[in-house]
Parts: sequence; structure tokens; C-alpha cells
Amino acid sequence: MSQVLLDVRDLVVEFPTRKGLVQAVSGVTFELRRGETLALVGESGCGKSTTARAVMQLPRPTSGQIVLDGDDLVAAGKRDLRRLRRRFQMIFQNPIASLNPRKRISEIIEKPLKIAGLMDAEKRRQAVEELLETVGLDPAVAMDKRPHEFSGGQCQRISIARALILEPDLLICDEPVSALDVSIQAQILNLLEDMKQRYDLTMLFISHDLAVVRNVADRVAVMYLGRFCEVGTSESLFDSPAHPYTRALLSAIPVPDPTVTPKPIEMIQGDLPSPISPPSGCRFRTRCPVASERCAAEVPEMRDLPDGRAVACHHPLVGA
Amino acid sequence: MAAPLLELTNVSTHFHSPAGRVRAVDGVSVSLEAGQTLGLVGESGSGKSVLARTIMGLLPSYAEIPEGSAITFDGQNLLTMDRKARRAISGPGIGMIFQDPMTSLNPVMKIGQQVYEGMRHHFGTSKAAGRQRAIELLTEVGIPQPDVRIDQFPHQLSGGMRQRVAIAIALACEPKLLIADEPTTALDVTVQSGILDLLQREQRDRGMTLILITHDLGVVAGRCDQVAVMYAGGIVETGSTRSLFARTRMRYTQALLDSIPRLDRPPHERLKSIGGRPPNLITPPPGCRFAPRCAFSDAQCESAIPPMQADEADATHSFACWHPRDPEQTAEEVA
Repeated sequence: MSQVLLDVRDLVVEFPTRKGLVQAVSGVTFELRRGETLALVGESGCGKSTTARAVMQLPRPTSGQIVLDGDDLVAAGKRDLRRLRRRFQMIFQNPIASLNPRKRISEIIEKPLKIAGLMDAEKRRQAVEELLETVGLDPAVAMDKRPHEFSGGQCQRISIARALILEPDLLICDEPVSALDVSIQAQILNLLEDMKQRYDLTMLFISHDLAVVRNVADRVAVMYLGRFCEVGTSESLFDSPAHPYTRALLSAIPVPDPTVTPKPIEMIQGDLPSPISPPSGCRFRTRCPVASERCAAEVPEMRDLPDGRAVACHHPLVGA
Repeated sequence: MAAPLLELTNVSTHFHSPAGRVRAVDGVSVSLEAGQTLGLVGESGSGKSVLARTIMGLLPSYAEIPEGSAITFDGQNLLTMDRKARRAISGPGIGMIFQDPMTSLNPVMKIGQQVYEGMRHHFGTSKAAGRQRAIELLTEVGIPQPDVRIDQFPHQLSGGMRQRVAIAIALACEPKLLIADEPTTALDVTVQSGILDLLQREQRDRGMTLILITHDLGVVAGRCDQVAVMYAGGIVETGSTRSLFARTRMRYTQALLDSIPRLDRPPHERLKSIGGRPPNLITPPPGCRFAPRCAFSDAQCESAIPPMQADEADATHSFACWHPRDPEQTAEEVA
């Protein structure tokens, strides 16, 4: 088995609100092996972005361990963290808003190098030019422009360049194609795949779009209300979901084929329960079609199935 | 054959901007029979929302509809009507639902009032009767505890519930035509299917005509009778849903279908992306607007605009392309 790059244990992220403490992430544990892409999927408010941001230490999590190649990021002091940040970078959902509108593209991309104190001005310029070329933009045209002169897809290419200039080990992508049109989305997904090969990247990929996830991920983790429901290889999870919530998500995807009649979604309709007072036991039980009394009384622990995936359900749909 | 409920003939909508005239919608012709569902598909900036707003008469003051455009709804030309007559049509004639249920509802007006406001305006319904009808409508669109919700404000509801309220508002005046502009784009997939099911059910039960605007070909495939694909302000292909998907002719439609990641494909498969990006609509390319991004374009495509032509096998299916795809050819043969 390949080496573990990122090891996240019992991650908890809490936010104070007027109505009380919200636990956005409630004890999440996962590993990311070198060179693999793990996707976190779930509906809005499930804690997937919060988990990604907690790995980035933006903000720092309430408790838990996040170990990147031997260094615990949660325990690291400010100075150590700044040094370690070179090794994990992030791209965001809204590519235009994530770039400083007042800076030139060359300044935006070279900034991480400056902060890290690497290279002289001439070398930095050269590095920026090379990387712009790599992400598919013409440096001669792009270098001196500002973000508003580019389309959403081009801005996402610039964000990718900024994230890659320090040659990180881990790239966290938070809904990187959700704001883009289908035709542009495919360009960016292909670019990410190319960059992954070229820079030996390990990726944590956040998305609500399961078809996108199917394309990019080696393994998938499904989240619901701050907890993991199911983690497994993308084949096992898509071909035979073990958690009723995974099945519900899959059944909700519209298929671009008129011969397929849309099926009713296999989940009880209703709103996501409040994360301030989540349901007792299994958090999905209020919308789960197979919930029993046990689901209300007992929190289902993550357990391994024979095919190597893990599921947190008292009544899994496979391998019971 | 009955006359179509809605007929658009050579409709254009241009915007005046400091940089010049933006041809947001340019020469669109399409017709829709009563009781049908039309899926209007396109990427951002293709003009689908502007077209919807043109039909509704909701354009800003800097918009211009050039001479020669005609929108006939139920036998009347909407573009030559005075404001008052036009206003009488919005509601009982044509209703609309917008993309963002957060901003399309009035935040300082109770939900019930928003539902019956239109009925009071158009039919002079009494407050008590309007309230009663609002409760019925909220029940119909699947809002639990409608008698409580009716006195709440939009911020007290989730996004999916707000969109249901927006549907109830649009249905209150019993419109003949309902235009739903990206009604589920701001919502989660699990909520999306519920909203689409609701729209489909209402359309069927009321015999309503529906225009469903979306960027998602998946949404269109299972739920529309007819599809129109827009690119850079014009309709490039239209036809029955089955024929359009099974016998795709226009190269852009095919490229769009190919670029969607699919659940039945293996992981890490390279997606067939479309290079470049949509053209500037102030100075659009002289020929086919898709030509600069099309793998099959030649000199003719770059100089002459392709006319709409009918598919050989299905006269209701038409497309604008100089080098249409051979519908008998399978994807494997191309590759």
C-alpha cells in the first residue's frame, strides 16, 4: 500500500452562533494516500467545505489531529505552520472572487513565492511564465492583466497556477468547477488531471456533483450533517452504494438520456435537520427510508465491509 | 392542428452598452403548442434568460427589441400591446419562476400575502378568500403546516421551500404558460428532483404549457417534450427531446453532450472539452457563431450564417449547421 500523506483523526469544527454552538464537523477521520484523489461529497451544509478549510487551517479546527507527512498541523505554531503551508494549497469555488482584483496576474501568481522567500525577481518571473503556459494561458498576454479581464474558466486556470507555484504535495479543491459552464468545466477537469500527473499531486476534491466526482476521484467520502456516511473506492460506491444516503444522492442525479424516466428519489422529502440540534443516533434517520428504532438510539460507528470500504449504518444495503 | 399558444418569430433583444450594441438574443423563432413542455438549454450568456424576460416583458430600459420581432401569445402580439394590456397578461396568461428563491420573494411581506397578491390584483379576490386559496396552494406545492407558514416571512424557510412558495405564487393566477428560469440551479440535487416533479405534476394536472430553462441537459432529457438549444443568442437546434438526443445534428449540441461527465463512464477518463469560449456578442463572428470553437468548421462556416434546416427523418427537428453530424454514425465510429 502506498504511503499516507494526510492523516485526519477525530476532526471537530465548531462555530459559535446566537442560537448556540454549531458543530459543523463532528468527528471525521480519514486518510489520504500519496497520489490519490479523495472526493468529499454531500449537500450544502453537510460540512464538506468546512472539513477542507479545517485541513487548510482556515480557521483552525476545534479539536482533532491533522498530520501531513509527519507534521501535525493542528499542533503546529504560527511560524511552523507558515513553513508547512508551502506543502498544501487550495483552489476555491468562485474563481473571480478568489483573485485580488487590484493585482496583476503576474503579482498574484508570484505572491506565494515571495511569501515563502524563494527565488529572486528574475527567477520568479520565469517561473510564473512557465506555469502560465502550463495551465494553458499565454504569458505574453496574461502577465500584466488584471482578473476582471478574464473569464471564469481563465480565472480558475490562474488560481490553479497560484496554487501550484510552490509545488505543493496536497491540493485542496473546493467545488472548483461548480461555478463554470459545462463546456468550460470539462477543460478545467482535464487540466486538473494533467497537473496531478505532472506535479505528483494528492488531491482532496470537494464537490456536490457526483458525475464530476466519478470522473476525478479514486475514493469518495459521503458526508451528511457533519459526519461521514460511507467511504470507499469510487467504483464500489457508485456501483453498489452501502449507505441509504449514498443511494439517495445517486438516485437524484438527472441522466442526460430521454429514454431514462426520472425515478423518485429514495429518500424521505423534507429539510435538512438543524445542525444545532441534530437527530439522535444516526443523523440521517429522519429522512432514511429504512430507519429503525435502533437508528434513533445508537450512533452507527464506521465499520469496514469485506470489499474494503467503510460505512456508518445499522442497516447497510450491501455486505450486512 | 391547433394554433400554437406561443409563437416567437425572428425575436431579437439588444442591449445598449458603453462598448456597443450587445446582441443578447438574435433572431429566435420557436413555437410551442398548449400543454407542451419546452426545455430551453444553453450555457451562461447564451441568451436563454434574456429570451424569457423578453417574453415576460421584464427587460431593463436600455434594452431594445428591433423591428421585425414578433411574439404571439394566445393570438395576440405581445410586443405591440400597451403596458396595461401587457400587465393583464402577466399572471393569468404567463407566470414566471426565477432562479434564486432568496431574492425573488419579497423579504418583508408575509408568504400568504405574496401568494394571493396576484389574485387580488387580477380577479379582485377578497382577502379571506385569497387567504383560503393561498393555504390550498401551499398545500398543493408540498409545504408542511401551510396554515402556520402563511404568516411567516421568506427567511424562515429553506431554499427548497422558498422555491415551492415561488411556484405557488406563479400558479395562483392559473397561468396558461409558466416560464421556469433555472428553477433548481441554486438548490441541492436531492431537493431538485422534488421541485422538478412538482412542476411536471402541475403542468400535467392543469394542462399548462411550460418552458423550463436550464443549463443541465440531464434535467431536460427526462422531463421535456421539446428541446431548444441556444448558443450565443440564437437557437442552433430544436426538436422533440427523443429525436434531439438520439439524432443530434448540430455540432455544438453534440460537443455539449460529450463534455458532460457521466456516471456510467470510468474514473479519470479524459473529457471531451470544447476549446475556447463563447464569442463576444457585440461583434459576433460573421458566420456560424460556434465556428471558432468547432472542430468541423471551414471557410463557409466562418463566412456565412447557416440557415435552420429540417432533419430528414423528423420534420419537427431542425438545426443550423453547414456540416451536420451524420445521425446514423455512432460515437465509436468517430473515435
